[in-house]
Amino acid sequence: MGSLFSNHSTQALAGVQLRQLRFWIPAFAGMTVLTATPAHAATGEAVNPWVALAYLVAGVFFILALRGLSSPATSRTGNRYGMIGMAIAVVTTLATHFPGSNPCDELVASGGTGLCTDVFMPDWASFAEIVVAIAIGAVIGLTIARRIAMTSMPELVAAFHSLVGLAAVLVAAAAFLNPGAFGILDAAGSIAPVSRVEMILGAAIGAITFSGSVIAFAKLSGRMSGSPILLPARHIINLGTLAAIIVLTAIYAMQPIAGPAEGMLFWIVLALAFVIGFLLIIPIGGADMPVVVSMLNSYSGWAAAAMGFTLGNSAMIITGALVGSSGAILSYIMCRAMNRSFISVIAGGFGADDSAASGAADGGEQRPYKQGSADDAAFMLEQAEKVIIIPGYGMAVAQAQHALREMGDILKEKGVEVKYAIHPVAGRMPGHMNVLLAEANVPYDEVFELEDINSEFAQADVAFIIGANDVVNPAAKTDKSSPIYGMPVFDVDKAKQVFFIKRSMGGVGYSGVDNDVFYMDQTMMLLSDAKKMVEEIVKALD
Amino acid sequence: MDFISILSIFVLACFVGYYVVWSVTPALHTPLMAVTNAISSVIIVGALIAAAEAGSPAAKWLGLLGVVLASVNIFGGFAVTERMLAMYKKKEKK
Repeated sequence: MGSLFSNHSTQALAGVQLRQLRFWIPAFAGMTVLTATPAHAATGEAVNPWVALAYLVAGVFFILALRGLSSPATSRTGNRYGMIGMAIAVVTTLATHFPGSNPCDELVASGGTGLCTDVFMPDWASFAEIVVAIAIGAVIGLTIARRIAMTSMPELVAAFHSLVGLAAVLVAAAAFLNPGAFGILDAAGSIAPVSRVEMILGAAIGAITFSGSVIAFAKLSGRMSGSPILLPARHIINLGTLAAIIVLTAIYAMQPIAGPAEGMLFWIVLALAFVIGFLLIIPIGGADMPVVVSMLNSYSGWAAAAMGFTLGNSAMIITGALVGSSGAILSYIMCRAMNRSFISVIAGGFGADDSAASGAADGGEQRPYKQGSADDAAFMLEQAEKVIIIPGYGMAVAQAQHALREMGDILKEKGVEVKYAIHPVAGRMPGHMNVLLAEANVPYDEVFELEDINSEFAQADVAFIIGANDVVNPAAKTDKSSPIYGMPVFDVDKAKQVFFIKRSMGGVGYSGVDNDVFYMDQTMMLLSDAKKMVEEIVKALD
Repeated sequence: MDFISILSIFVLACFVGYYVVWSVTPALHTPLMAVTNAISSVIIVGALIAAAEAGSPAAKWLGLLGVVLASVNIFGGFAVTERMLAMYKKKEKK
């Protein structure tokens, strides 16, 4: 059989460039006689150096987007870089994969030879469908982004993760159904083994991300109880499912079985991945959700990276690697902040014995403690030179952040130095408390991380604890039998005065352990709803 | 691109990611998650390719659905990040 080109790769390259040219210059038309081997010339789009370069530039913009977040001052520029990168990636894809066909390409693909019109026929209807799809997504996305309350960010992020996961599954399924479009066919016309592994990995990780995020979303938004659901023999079930996924993937990659059996393998692996995502997250308790959300963040990245391998697309691979490492690092930071190993979080069950632990705390209630009023607190706050405020998630639940900021402002006007101290696990996701304070107009340069402020408690006149508990519990430093032993905590016991706002003496923190801070000489318990108490203090200060 | 060049990009990008993410200030970890969410929707590239190909109607519709989901994430993710970052203000000097 005669070939226009001497070897396979140049032929592919030339085919692509010709196609681009046709798209950009519609006048490039004419009748061509093609006698070529069906070498899937139209499938290797990424080979075009300009296209590959465009994707690389998009990837670099994504790196810059994350780099911008190193400081609040540069963060918004960073976000813009991210948008530019995304625009480049989308426009490049739309331009190189404009819907439509070339009769000559079809002739080549069908293996025929003969006379054809060598002109690209754009399919405007399909293009309109794509634009409409983007527009629908844009409207939904922008509406949600505008309406969402900052306290609900963890749910939103979990929901968004599930969308990335599902999108990865859909792309992998589309690649499986129409491999030619993705350029992953080998010379024999079946999907190449490497592509099989990449594709099925992308699909499986995407599926785990999806079902896991749906559960995380349900737990975070209170649609499902936050307490862990423990199936008997769940470790065996999980490991078995995981092993089945690996074995089936290997079979699928190694031994191309022709016909429907092969398709079945793909769908079975996909179904198992959905199941394991569900099983993995169900036993994890509410307190560990920050780790889970970070972990799913990581997974959504790896899914994108796997699909990037399938498509040979550098923008997707770079992004996937960035997001994957980002999520992994955040999970690590969260685990370290709780002094829990990643494995034990994943194995689940933390907080399962809540009832037993709070029963124990009831016994501890007999210990004497000092209770104060808003007026007492206001008086002492006014006299103080330096106040460190430690907000916890309870503050966000009570929606006390605006009142708290008002209190801080009044104190600052009176010449008191006010600082905010934030523990890494203060919110429901990494950095959540910082966003909540920022929303309440607390300047970010008054907000400090644990390690930056912990040495200052010795000079502080008042440590003002609102809605936090475990993160100030000295048992983490002293009591080896405590479930939170080893967790880094604030040294509030070094402050001259400790104010502890708490709804009642009965409730305990997530870990369910009693807190010695309640009973210290310098501690004054302010037992009330956090918002009401702070508002009363504000009134008393005026 | 051959597998090794792709793998090289991936491995190097993992290292870049590691160092870049550690340099992110903890105060911005929530916006970091929102923005990584938005950029991981670059998976839309795959969905667009699937949606543009007439070869398999099923693949095309899966692609279109993928485009919708990914663009919810892209627009929603960037917009919510923008909204959060706009709230981070320095101390006002009076």
